[in-house]
Parts: sequence; C-alpha cells; structure tokens
Amino acid sequence: MTNAIEAHELHKTFGGEVRALDGVSFAVEEGTIFGLLGPNGAGKTTAVRILTTILAPDAGTGLVLGFDVVSDADRVRTLIGLAGQYAAVDENLTGRENLTMIGRLNHMDRGAVTRRAIELLEQFGLTDAGDRPLKTYSGGMRRRLDVAAALVARPKVLFLDEPTTGLDPQSRVDVWAMIDHLVGEGTSVLLTTQYLEEADTLAHRIAVVDHGHVIAEGTPAQLKADLGATVLDVGLANSDLARQAAGILDGVGAKTPTVVGNMVELPVDEGPRVAMEVLRLLDQHAVVPTTFRIREPSLDDVFLALTGKRTEADDDTTDIPTDGKGRRRRAPAAAATTTDGGER
Amino acid sequence: MTTTTAISSGSGIAPVASPALPGGGARLKWAVADTITITKRNLIAYTRIPESLFFSTLQPIMFVLLFRYVFGGAIHPGFGLSYIDFLLAGIFIQSVGFGGIGTAVGLAEDLQKGLIERFRALPMARSAVLAGRTTADLVRNVFVLLLMTGVGALVGFNFPNGALGFIAACALVLLFAYALLWGFAVIGLVASNSETAQVMAFPILFPLIFASPAFVPINSMPSWLRVFANNQPIGVLINAQRSLMLGQAHQPGSTSGYVLAALAWCVGLLAVLAPLAVWRYRRST
Repeated sequence: MTNAIEAHELHKTFGGEVRALDGVSFAVEEGTIFGLLGPNGAGKTTAVRILTTILAPDAGTGLVLGFDVVSDADRVRTLIGLAGQYAAVDENLTGRENLTMIGRLNHMDRGAVTRRAIELLEQFGLTDAGDRPLKTYSGGMRRRLDVAAALVARPKVLFLDEPTTGLDPQSRVDVWAMIDHLVGEGTSVLLTTQYLEEADTLAHRIAVVDHGHVIAEGTPAQLKADLGATVLDVGLANSDLARQAAGILDGVGAKTPTVVGNMVELPVDEGPRVAMEVLRLLDQHAVVPTTFRIREPSLDDVFLALTGKRTEADDDTTDIPTDGKGRRRRAPAAAATTTDGGER
Repeated sequence: MTTTTAISSGSGIAPVASPALPGGGARLKWAVADTITITKRNLIAYTRIPESLFFSTLQPIMFVLLFRYVFGGAIHPGFGLSYIDFLLAGIFIQSVGFGGIGTAVGLAEDLQKGLIERFRALPMARSAVLAGRTTADLVRNVFVLLLMTGVGALVGFNFPNGALGFIAACALVLLFAYALLWGFAVIGLVASNSETAQVMAFPILFPLIFASPAFVPINSMPSWLRVFANNQPIGVLINAQRSLMLGQAHQPGSTSGYVLAALAWCVGLLAVLAPLAVWRYRRST
C-alpha cells in the first residue's frame, strides 16, 4: 500500500525557542483520512505547513506521494490542495472569481477552470451565492468555498487544517459529509482538528499530538480500546465529595479515577462487575452518588489519559502533575486530581 | 498505548507518475500568466473596496479643488505661471504617493488573512505575488493620473509645454511611483497587520510630499528646509516633472539636469527597494 503522506522526525523551532515540532512522524495511507488531533499550539498547523511546502522543517523529511516537500516542492504543489483556518480565500472576490483564480494559478486552461468552478459551486451548494463577494457569505459558506478552492485542481492529497473550527453544528456536519464524499472518490486527506468527535467520526487513523510530539497513534477503536472497554461516570453532590469518592475508588478499575467538577470518571475493563463493586464501596463509606452511568470511552477520555488534560480545557489544568517537560505521561500521574472547566 | 510509530526512511514508497513540470520557457510563460492573474485579482479588489476607491479618486479631486480655489489665490509660483499650472505636478505626486499606502495595506492584509499562505502552497510562480501587486498598482496609478489630468484641465490647466512634454512628465511620475511601490511593499511585508502598515507608511510619506516644492514655491521656506525640499527624491521629481510639463522657461534649472537627477533616483530606489521587498517576501512565513 502506497502512502499519500509520510512525515519522518519533523522538527521545527520558531524564533530559537518555541519548539513547535519535536520529532513528529506519521504516515497516511492512500485513500484514507488521517486525523491529527491536539489542542491549540500542539504543532498541528506547523506540521501541515511543512507538508504543504509553505515552511521548511529544521530537520526531518516530509513526503507527499513519495516526493520530498523541500527538494521537490514544485511537484508536491501540483499534487496537493490546502484548506483551513490559515489558508484564506479572497474577501473581495466573488466565490466564482476565487475558484477561477486558484484554477488559473494551478495553470488549468480557461475553459476547464470555468467548468470546474460551476461544478464546485454546485457541489458545495453555493451556486446562488457564486457571484456575490465573499464579504456577504456566512461563516459556513466561506468555509465551504475554502474547501472548494482546495479542490479546484483535483488534488490527490488534501490538507484540511481545522476545517470546522468556529462553525455552527449544522455547518460542521455539512463539512463532514463533504470530506467523507471526497475520500469515496479516492482523495487522501490529512485533517487536523481540536475536536475529538470530528476525528472519531471521520478519520481512519488518528495521531494525538501534544507539545510537538505524537503521543499516541492508532485507529479510533484502538485508542479507545487501549483505555479500557468502558467508563463509569459517578456524579456527586459537590467536588469535595467527588475527590473523596475518587480516593475510595482508586484501584478498583483498570486505570485511576479522574475528577472533573462533581464527576468521577473511572475507566474499567468489565463495566457491570466493577459497577457493582463501586456502588458497594461507596455505600460502605456512606457516599451517595447523584448520578451513575456506564458508557463507551470517548476520545476525550483518551486525551485525558494521555496528557492529563482535556482537549478544550484552558491552562488552568497545569496543576496536574507532569513529567516536568509537559510531555507524555501515563494516566496514573493524573490520579485523583481535579480538572476544572473540562467540558465534554 | 502506542507512541510515535517509527517509520524507517527506507519504507520506499514509489513516487507516482511524475506530474509534468515545465522547462525554462514554459516556466517564464507561467510566471507571466500568474502575474496577470494576481494583477487582475488586485484590480478587482480595488473596485470593491470603498476606501481604496475613495483614496484613488475622490480624495485627489478634493485636493485639486482645495488648492486651486482655497489656498491657490494666496500662492504665487512666479516664472509667470498660474497656480493651477504649478499645482498639477504636486497633485500627481501626492496622488500616486498616498495611493501607494494601498499597496502596503493590501499586502499586509493578504499576509494577515492567510491568502499568501495559500499562494505558497500553489504551483504558481513565487514572483507573481509581488509582481502582480505592483503591476496592479501601476495600472491604478495610470488611472489616477488620467483622472487628475481631466480634473486639472477642467479647472484651468492648459498644458504650457504641449502634449509631448506632459506625457513625458506622466511617464516619469509613473516610473517613480513604481519604484516607490516596492518600498510600500516592504512596509506591507514588515507590518504585522494592515493598520500598522498604514501607520508606518504615513509618517514616511507626509514630510517627503509636503516638505517639497509640490504645493508652494520653496523660496518662502527657511533655508535649511529649502535644501531638503529641493534634494529629497520627491522634490527632485517634482522639479523634473515641472520642467517637462511647463517648459524650461518656467524653472530655474535645466530640464535635462532635473530629469537625469530624477531618473537616477528612480533607478536607485528601484535597485534597492525591489530586492529588499523580494528578500522580505521570501522570509515572511
């Protein structure tokens, strides 16, 4: 099986100090969607910029369909499409003019560009808006045009950098459907996202990135399976009680329990059996849960287990023990600590 | 849980059938085509940005009327010239000068909004972004000069040195404006956003345009300022322009001397500013 994209030990440091990428490697099989998942500042965009020839790495190599992104940059540019938050479309042009411009800059001939623009506007539901300047577009329409612009030259490899950040839920689902459709036509996609749900829904494989490192890689199912088959959510009246409960339940499940607000989350191997034990232990200590739930682990749980913080949490989770470099650490380090403001 | 998947660099994926890349001749053809595409794009944008339309049309017209009818009566250029004949050269340089702020702002905006990021990932000529920008602004300047000529004629400019001299003067202004554009491009590339670009460009331009013979004869200025006004690039250019537009009899020095000095400035500025802009563009990522 050929790889659409390969990243080998990519390193990039900005301004001599900000280490954006610290040895990132991954491979994207042809015809699949690969998700690069991580919080803001994890290095996702830097990786995309390197692989799309915008930025040269300090060390390491990137290959697109076997061509080096540095030494063969011109060739790589003929094979890729790029869309996302940092690759803009022109506000002052109409949708059609934007698509035409991108087509011409890809050296397609005039007739082909005109036809392709009509086709893409149609496909992305922008036919009626096609001759209006982008200034009049909604966020969702703009993002659709952005993705359409990346597709003008029918790229074999598509880079989507946070394609749904800032979009309302309906537009997000629309963009997802579009991406799914593309892969059905044989396009390979590298997708970066902060949304676990998005990676879970779309990607065949996922690499979790944090602080310039890939800290985990696998299929969504593998990542979830590694965590334990199920998660118990135990709700309590307040966070003090939740911490107390987490102390009581330490050692019961497959991993150590985590406190999120009033909630204790406990990854376990055998949900129902452990559930009984959990309730029995809480009863012994006269701790009464307000809610109790057995569920499938989400990728948010994966991220929490890997990094000790939630993907969308702010910096107020920094009191969680780390290995000193903010790098990879196993779940136990996060035992029974509180992560405030983590939302699901 | 797995960590980084190690991929040996010898995983040996076979490159796909290599896409056609052009040789030297085709490459040049593409560079020209890309420049035209970007030029078009910038010109379309100018017609859709109200501020930019204002600065390249209404504002210079307002200045012509202001100086012609409000200030002009109190200013006596000497050499038997009417003030409108004297004024037009100054209006030309002011229009193309302040218009150049649009170059800086436009480039800064393209960088800020990520459009240039997208361009960098396209198989287009690297040179086209700057070449297209400056070409579009050159076209805009031609339009502005035509407009100002029309307005000037309406308020009494009567082409004292004939059409040829006038056209030569316009050509000189356009050349100078083109050299300046590369300077504005540098400002646009250095500024982190369009507001900063504007703030950076204005204070450089303002003293050069107003501490010059553009609007008033310099003999009323203090002697130190007179030396600056006559020798700074815009002053030199205005003297050359007037020699061509008005004829030698209306200027203290010789036409060829003025024009040569102005051409030297144009070439010098271009030789410094264009490579500087290209260098800055290369490293602005």
